[in-house]
Amino acid sequence: MTTAPPRAEQENPLAEGLERLPIRPTIFTIFGATGDLSRRKLLPALYNLAHDGALPERFHLIGTSRSDMPHGDFQEMARNAILEFSRRKPDPKVLDKLLESARFVGGDFDDDTVYDQIAELQQEFDEEADIVFNRAFYLSTAPQFFPVIVERLGEHALDHHDGADVRVVIEKPIGTNLSEARELNRRVLAVLDESQVFRIDHYLGKETVQNILAMRFANQMFEPIWNRNYVDYVQITAAEDLGIGSRAGYYDKAGALRDLVQNHMLQLLSLLCMEPPVSFSAADVRDEKVKVLHAIPPPHPADVDKIAIRAQYVRGVVGGEEVPGYLEEEGVPPDSKTPTYVALRLEVDNWRWAGVPIYVRTGKRLARKVTEIVVTLKPVPHLAFDQDGSVGVQPNQIVLSVQPNEGVSLSIGAKIPGTKMRIRPVNMEFLYGTSFLSESPEAYERLITDAMRGDATLFPRNDEVEAQWAICDPILAAWEADDSPLATYEAGSSGPKEADQLLLPGHRWRAI
Amino acid sequence: MTEAGAVWSERDTSPSKIEEALRELLKERRAKGEAYAPARVLNLIVIADREWRGEVLNRLEKVGRYHASRTIVCTVEEGRTEIDAWVAMEAEEEDIVAGKLAIAREEVVVEVGTKHLEHLDRIVDPLVVTDLPTLVWSPHGHPEAVDSLLGLAQIVLLDSVTEADAKAAVARAADLTERAYVVDLAWLRSTPWRERVAASFDPPRWREELYDINAITVRYCPDSEVAAALLVGWLADRLGWDPGPLTDGDGLLRGTATAADHDVEITLQADPTMSIPGLAGLTLGARSGLELSLDRGEGGLLARRRTPDGHESSWTVLGASRGEAGILGEGIRQALLRDKVYGPALHAATDMVCLA
Repeated sequence: MTTAPPRAEQENPLAEGLERLPIRPTIFTIFGATGDLSRRKLLPALYNLAHDGALPERFHLIGTSRSDMPHGDFQEMARNAILEFSRRKPDPKVLDKLLESARFVGGDFDDDTVYDQIAELQQEFDEEADIVFNRAFYLSTAPQFFPVIVERLGEHALDHHDGADVRVVIEKPIGTNLSEARELNRRVLAVLDESQVFRIDHYLGKETVQNILAMRFANQMFEPIWNRNYVDYVQITAAEDLGIGSRAGYYDKAGALRDLVQNHMLQLLSLLCMEPPVSFSAADVRDEKVKVLHAIPPPHPADVDKIAIRAQYVRGVVGGEEVPGYLEEEGVPPDSKTPTYVALRLEVDNWRWAGVPIYVRTGKRLARKVTEIVVTLKPVPHLAFDQDGSVGVQPNQIVLSVQPNEGVSLSIGAKIPGTKMRIRPVNMEFLYGTSFLSESPEAYERLITDAMRGDATLFPRNDEVEAQWAICDPILAAWEADDSPLATYEAGSSGPKEADQLLLPGHRWRAI
Repeated sequence: MTEAGAVWSERDTSPSKIEEALRELLKERRAKGEAYAPARVLNLIVIADREWRGEVLNRLEKVGRYHASRTIVCTVEEGRTEIDAWVAMEAEEEDIVAGKLAIAREEVVVEVGTKHLEHLDRIVDPLVVTDLPTLVWSPHGHPEAVDSLLGLAQIVLLDSVTEADAKAAVARAADLTERAYVVDLAWLRSTPWRERVAASFDPPRWREELYDINAITVRYCPDSEVAAALLVGWLADRLGWDPGPLTDGDGLLRGTATAADHDVEITLQADPTMSIPGLAGLTLGARSGLELSLDRGEGGLLARRRTPDGHESSWTVLGASRGEAGILGEGIRQALLRDKVYGPALHAATDMVCLA
């Protein structure tokens, strides 16, 4: 006979039917609180959550950074950041209340006094409220500080606390190659349990990305054709019309493969190709995603040229204005060989996808900003219709658009009005804007609440991150060993012509 | 927020002409090369007295992003025999200028007489977009018009606090829940309160106390008694209380609910200083001596907790007021969802106010 758990451990009966599930009282500490990401994304996200009543019922903010400042100056800095970058005009009373208890701790991230002060503040907040707050640490620093901070948290016993959940959110990048990622994971997991670690990939916080799963697994019509029998090829595109802006320092070290492919685009690929999970729990979803990543064979160094191309943009015209080439951008070394464009042809070697090429491309300074996944089905086996005077029957395409026009479109062949049986492709469109009343929430708002609640479904696990690097590592190594000149493409174009070399016969890149 | 739109109007018109005008407006916009995509989310039918037309349109204008995709406002005028109509198609001007795909909303105002109300469905039916969920809102009564529309509307938006008294309010809501899905603004105003009570008892340390609650006082705007009853009804349903009738005395409504092994004292207290509909505050007490209060405050709800050992603390639960326009917008959004908790809470509230 089984006995029911104590009531304190049972489901909260009052949570039934609520859209926003309760989040336990939390002290939220941002490392790198005065940095760009914190000012542009994290602090505004916290404000908007407060505005919507979506923060924990009791919430305190601690900011840390290497510069020192009084609490009041930090509150003022946070206020200005929120006023500048919030997606809605802040309510002054909510903003005041959010920031009135905000505290600041200045000092180097390896300085023990920083952690002593954080511990003191946490204890003060606990004692003042006569409760034990959960602790969330958000590492919004340069990546070399991630292991340093986690180890200091461990040394100062801030990695655990009786009666509280302690969680650590880590921003990207998780290493710059496989061995660094493994080393970072090793050092982090030497202190923390995997269940305490939340690695941010903000793409996973986007509604349209989550909609990939809804479209695949909430509809009978797609899943039967979602395999090698019906799919001819897949393209995943993340194109940006902007250059690198003021990020030369970061970007020139990273390049397009590390910046977008290793994380966001391989996550999109795994969501698109994964098997149906048993449930939408963190473990079940992540188990299925990592299987896809393990099924992508890392290329042999000698084969990298056959499945990967890289290029750099040169001076061109974007939106009617002449823009500089990558090597002319401020802060970029004149001899830089950092690719600003990458295209890959990958395969997922499993029963569902074997033989289906999956093309992945990303680049800066392309013709327009678009992130989308295109699934092209095989052509019909026999065509009875006359194709004279028409563009003819094209294979069906399912386009999942992540941005800017969020939605899904399906191209189908339809009869051109007239006496002849002529066919041309037409689109069936689903647009978020026309079909839902509410706007998609900011990805960071969603991910911050999930992390505070302890729901890791939308955060890549350590084995996923390492599997992603395992795919990219041989490509990076081959490129680093290759002295030949980089291919180029004009700023404002659709990318280098060399990208066509990756395409198998009959395949073509969808226009950007 | 600026809007660009196209407008059509006609006196002594007919539903088929109005419907044709809607199609023509979209064609005209597209012929001009403008990239319009009509939103297809929800039909909203509003029945409003003619003299309050401006106020109702103003409230609808302020719901912001929660606009229904096609709104049909039927203004009612005593003695009117002809139907006049006005149709507009609107989109965000900045979208059109930027060359983006502009999401278009359609608004129809139909001026009808009281004689049309009994068969209002015959006028409105051709105007709703087929296959979309249809919501009807009748803020000035006209139950016969709502009844006539229940064949084509699946959802009724109501605001129970506008009924004459709590008994009439729960009776009307209960009647409608038998025939349609009901979204009650009085219930939606309590959402932040319900979220906060749920959150307060979420940590394991306090969860056990939930089952020992033995007193609840709800403070409310004097015309929002039904909102207070719904909140208590919610707790009664979720915690398994059997609520008894409320009785009036000393300006308070009092009653008792029976929990598994104890009684729960219920007090509803009108707060004359509260001028906006809804709740003003609540206090929950448990047998251990724990007491939790939530009241309206600056920047959110002011929470106070006294623990059994006498320790007191207070804090602000952050959240901005949604305002009445925000509540209406939330009501429109909720039409697309299904809240399983309202019905049982309404049932428990009915036990309290109708048996009194």
